[in-house]
Amino acid sequence: MNSKRGWIIAISMLAACALLLIAACNKKESTEQPANTATEQPAPAATPIDPATVATIDGTVKFDGTAPKPAKIDMSQDPACKGMNESENIVVDSGDLANVFVYVKDGLGNRTFDVPKDAIELDQQGCKYHPHVLGVMAGQTIQIKNDDQTTHNIHPTPKDNREWNESQPPSTAPLEKSFAREEIMLPVKCNQHPWMKMYINVVKSPFYAVTDKSGKYEIKGLPPGTYTIAFVQEKLGEQDQQVTVGPKETKVVDQSFKDTGM
Amino acid sequence: MSVFSTVGCAAAAVLEAKPSHGLEPRGSILKAVPAKYNPAHHAFAVFTACATLVVITAGAMVTSNDAGLSVPDWPTSFGYLVKVPHFVGGVRYEWSHRMVAGTLLVLTLGIALSTLLVEKRRWLRWLAVAAFCTVILQATLGGMTVLFFQPPWLSTAHATVAQTFFCVAVAIALFTGRKWVEEQPQVEFDSRRPSLFTLTLFSVFVLYVQLILGGMFRHHGMSWWPHVLNALFVSVVLAWTAVRALSVYSRIEAVQRPAIIMVSLLVVQLCLGFAAFWTRVEWGRNAIQPELPMVAATVTHVAVGALLLATTVVLAIQVWRHVPVAFAERTSRTLEREKFTAA
Repeated sequence: MNSKRGWIIAISMLAACALLLIAACNKKESTEQPANTATEQPAPAATPIDPATVATIDGTVKFDGTAPKPAKIDMSQDPACKGMNESENIVVDSGDLANVFVYVKDGLGNRTFDVPKDAIELDQQGCKYHPHVLGVMAGQTIQIKNDDQTTHNIHPTPKDNREWNESQPPSTAPLEKSFAREEIMLPVKCNQHPWMKMYINVVKSPFYAVTDKSGKYEIKGLPPGTYTIAFVQEKLGEQDQQVTVGPKETKVVDQSFKDTGM
Repeated sequence: MSVFSTVGCAAAAVLEAKPSHGLEPRGSILKAVPAKYNPAHHAFAVFTACATLVVITAGAMVTSNDAGLSVPDWPTSFGYLVKVPHFVGGVRYEWSHRMVAGTLLVLTLGIALSTLLVEKRRWLRWLAVAAFCTVILQATLGGMTVLFFQPPWLSTAHATVAQTFFCVAVAIALFTGRKWVEEQPQVEFDSRRPSLFTLTLFSVFVLYVQLILGGMFRHHGMSWWPHVLNALFVSVVLAWTAVRALSVYSRIEAVQRPAIIMVSLLVVQLCLGFAAFWTRVEWGRNAIQPELPMVAATVTHVAVGALLLATTVVLAIQVWRHVPVAFAERTSRTLEREKFTAA
């Protein structure tokens, strides 16, 4: 390597560093609002449902066995995190199982439904997501708030939707996001606080519910017919039931998940 | 001393007497350009190699704490180049990793420029330039892991190039050292098959495979069992290499020392691998957050893995210098191959 070539290489290396530096100095605020992620195609007109004939399905989801003790979360790495420091992956109270996503998996045929204009709220409070399990229609807006005095980042890791990862400092405007395709138990996590995890369930119909602390759910406004109802729990998996409902009928459909020794 | 060793020593004596036949051991070919030991340059190279291990450890901390995407933008961090963010949670690990990696980039630029300025050996100047190119590639891969949300193959490539750069940094430190520059290499010819040099190359290869399998498992791209299964194969190959080096060439300190370190690190690494498996796969399967025993075990496993790979590379370089394959053997093998091709 002669000295002239040596100088050329040295200058090239310095130029490469300078380019990296220039690229890095192009300040880009990570908090800026990106475009809505929903597809912009016009939605097909909703299939009409006769309100006089609609049925209701409700029931209770139980946990069959000894409920596991909720794992303790160590939130000491961020002093701004002051919340209930117990995991929510299996929440059982007197045998009632909370946070089970219940939805009509099959039986609606080619019916289409209007996407609600109202946004669904997802809050970050006490360094936990509220709610822990969320149901939303494809294309419906999710308004994500940060009520903590610390920065979170919201990072969904979908299989069938577009992945994104954005930080949200305290006291900033809510993020507005949506998912275009159906996806059940889509994990959302915060990489700043590794215990923060929740699940979004994106469905095509408005016939879904999430069990409350007493394990109860209710799905209203269902046209008469035979349906497959799916009960999905993040750790315990999915269980299905076939149900037939007549006009104006209210049917109780209970479900229980067995203790798998988790 | 075996018959082959005796032949080797005799051949070495002939070579010393007639260096102009082109039969010099390859170590002396490296010394064809008179090099001068530069303590400051060597110290800088050693410092850069040590800094690389710090960056690898910091990177392992990021992965073990699941903090890889806690800073969602790149090359800036929350919109700024060096502004310290709210230093909590995963941000502590990711931001620190970026800062020490940035420092390493500057150090590598420094070592490359100083090598171009002070070094006479052309191949070493090219190696320093290659080191700089590797660190730029590594920075780009690191940025891509953030921008593409850590696909397993990309994160594994980032981990693999990191350890490749570490090996290059260690090699530069070795080549600029006093022993390499000033001492006449002690040479013994190798007539065994496979040769010790082949064994060391094979050791480096199986360690690379192990590094890729480990990276894929760590980044959720593969199950744990290929990495664990290959650990047995790596152990056999490295043990074979170490036994050959220590039983036949233990007189050569430059070969003996890395061989002992390599086999010691292998034992430590196997223990750490067991601890990492237990804390992550067995105990940590349903962990709600990264727990200290898992973080400690996996980070140390990565750091010792990097040291093991670098030591094996050093052993390969020293064997290449001190234990060349006997020229006559090579000639006869070449002739045999030519005959075979002709037939």
